[in-house]
Amino acid sequence: MIAATRRATATVARVPGVAVVLIVLLTGFAAASPNFLSAGNIANVLVQSTILLLIALPMTLIIMTEGLDLSAGAVLTFASIVLAWVTLATGSAALGFLCGLAAGLAFGVLNGSLVAFLNIPPFIATLGTLGVAQGLSLVVTDGQSIVGIPRSIQQVYSSDLLGLPLPILIAALAYGLFHLLLYRTRFGTYIFALGGNREALKLAGVSDLKMLVAVYALGGLMAGFAALMLTARISAAHPTAAIGVEFDAIAAVAVGGTSFERGNGWLPGTLLGVLAVGVLRNGLNLIALPSSAQVACIGVLVIIALLIDALRGRT
Amino acid sequence: MSVAQPVARRRFALPPHLAQTAYRLFAAALICVVLAASSEAFLTTGNLLNVLRQTALLFLLASGLTLVILTAGLDLSVGSNVALSACLAASVIKASGYASLGFLTGIGCGALIGLVNGILVTALRIPSFIATYGMLWVLSGITYSYMGGETIHGFPPAFRQFGSGYLFGVPTPIYVMAVFLLLGSWFAQRTVWGQQVYAIGANPVAARLSGVPVKRRLVLVYTFSGAMAGLASLIILARINSAQGDIGDDLTLPAIAAVLIGGTSLFGGVGTVGGTLIGALILTLVLNGMNLLQINAAWQPLVTGVIVVLAVWIDTVTRRTTE
Repeated sequence: MIAATRRATATVARVPGVAVVLIVLLTGFAAASPNFLSAGNIANVLVQSTILLLIALPMTLIIMTEGLDLSAGAVLTFASIVLAWVTLATGSAALGFLCGLAAGLAFGVLNGSLVAFLNIPPFIATLGTLGVAQGLSLVVTDGQSIVGIPRSIQQVYSSDLLGLPLPILIAALAYGLFHLLLYRTRFGTYIFALGGNREALKLAGVSDLKMLVAVYALGGLMAGFAALMLTARISAAHPTAAIGVEFDAIAAVAVGGTSFERGNGWLPGTLLGVLAVGVLRNGLNLIALPSSAQVACIGVLVIIALLIDALRGRT
Repeated sequence: MSVAQPVARRRFALPPHLAQTAYRLFAAALICVVLAASSEAFLTTGNLLNVLRQTALLFLLASGLTLVILTAGLDLSVGSNVALSACLAASVIKASGYASLGFLTGIGCGALIGLVNGILVTALRIPSFIATYGMLWVLSGITYSYMGGETIHGFPPAFRQFGSGYLFGVPTPIYVMAVFLLLGSWFAQRTVWGQQVYAIGANPVAARLSGVPVKRRLVLVYTFSGAMAGLASLIILARINSAQGDIGDDLTLPAIAAVLIGGTSLFGGVGTVGGTLIGALILTLVLNGMNLLQINAAWQPLVTGVIVVLAVWIDTVTRRTTE
């Protein structure tokens, strides 16, 4: 009862921030560009946000444990290279997909182990594995693109199901699963405790270190899934394809109201945050702002969000 | 007898920080021996001067970062700071023809970015790794938009002297490095403000309660780190004689690695600017060695990443045993 009331108040306290940002962006771009509110463009925003959502969901959980994963973009890139390489080498897309997943999972477990068992601060551990994943991608491809991706993989991004683009359905499914995982399972409760009260978790006899590894491993696994979408989308694997995706994901989580310091996260906020970043990118594209300037705009968006977070923390 | 022995043993042991320095110098010497044995090109004057020049650059970037990490903070924006400072300074030099104006612009731009970092960390209480990570992307966005894929090249010879020139047979950047090694060590070890930086890193609450103006010192340290990135950007500019948006892309991780290999603890309060010089030397030797042994340059971020993680791991283990 108390928890429910608290969750309700937390929800009310947060909805305005993200929602206001999203509404401001939507009205602003609708006014600036007549094409913005067309059905085609809205579907476009949703499809383009899929990869970001797949990374931002586990990132929310990681940040809730007072952690961070700076390696997500580099791991996603590496997994997509593994996927493409194995697919072309064996001729089996399924095997390639599995190997991509395994590569992502391996990096996730590595991140989690560095953080949990070796006690290395998350931002520096994942900065190190960022270097490792990026280096491996460059070494494997020698800086070149891997092309000739079979149609079966490309269709994951381009086909429709029940009248909706497949990526949107995948995103909805992923969000649903994460929502259930965080709010309806014991593992979800442990994640809240990992950030909020780790001592209590230990006293309750839960292996907090294994839980921490599991959270990072989940992040790696999702990067492996996102690798399938990325490879399907660009019909190739490239060693710099997803560099910086983690920044968009962290931005979405921060804008969504998950705090970096107190371990309280909010998954619906991340969903809105992903949409806000997606809308911002899409709208800035429509008014023909170059991609590099978009990054600066997202940075400003994050700083505004963190500013709000800092001001809230003080009251 | 059983009492006397440990006393006698202690007399012959080096103080811990000197022992640490000795290990690191030994490691550097060992790498030198291995490289000299495995590559004929290593022990040539040209290559050794090249190693020193590279070390000087890395040290300049890492020396400011050392102070930030001493306060238990982190500055992830140094690389993108270098890029923006270098590009702005390059256009000013091209437009005005004055190297001095370029220096003012580069160092001023770097310091301003550092100041903003400091304000984000202190006034808004954003964790430093998050604030400077956001700054990284903002700066890189501004730089790429400003340059629009263009390259600025061809600077006056007088300016280029700072990066590629020689004075008494020694590359100019090495003199700059020596000046900042002395200045940095003096500031950290011999001034009240420097000691306050250590105090903040060791225990910010205790520092505040004993009257240290924590926020002002933090802002100072971040501004200094930014200014050093600005200075480093000018030396890079003078050396490679061209400015591009990606000029600082691969600098942040090596700079952090140099600080950590040099024995500065990520958890604050422990480390020296001199240690960072040894760290920069070790990392440069490793990367130079990989070059000489014709190992694909693609391995460099991987090796640097592994080194960073190892250095922090060693640090956490040492801290646990000393505690």
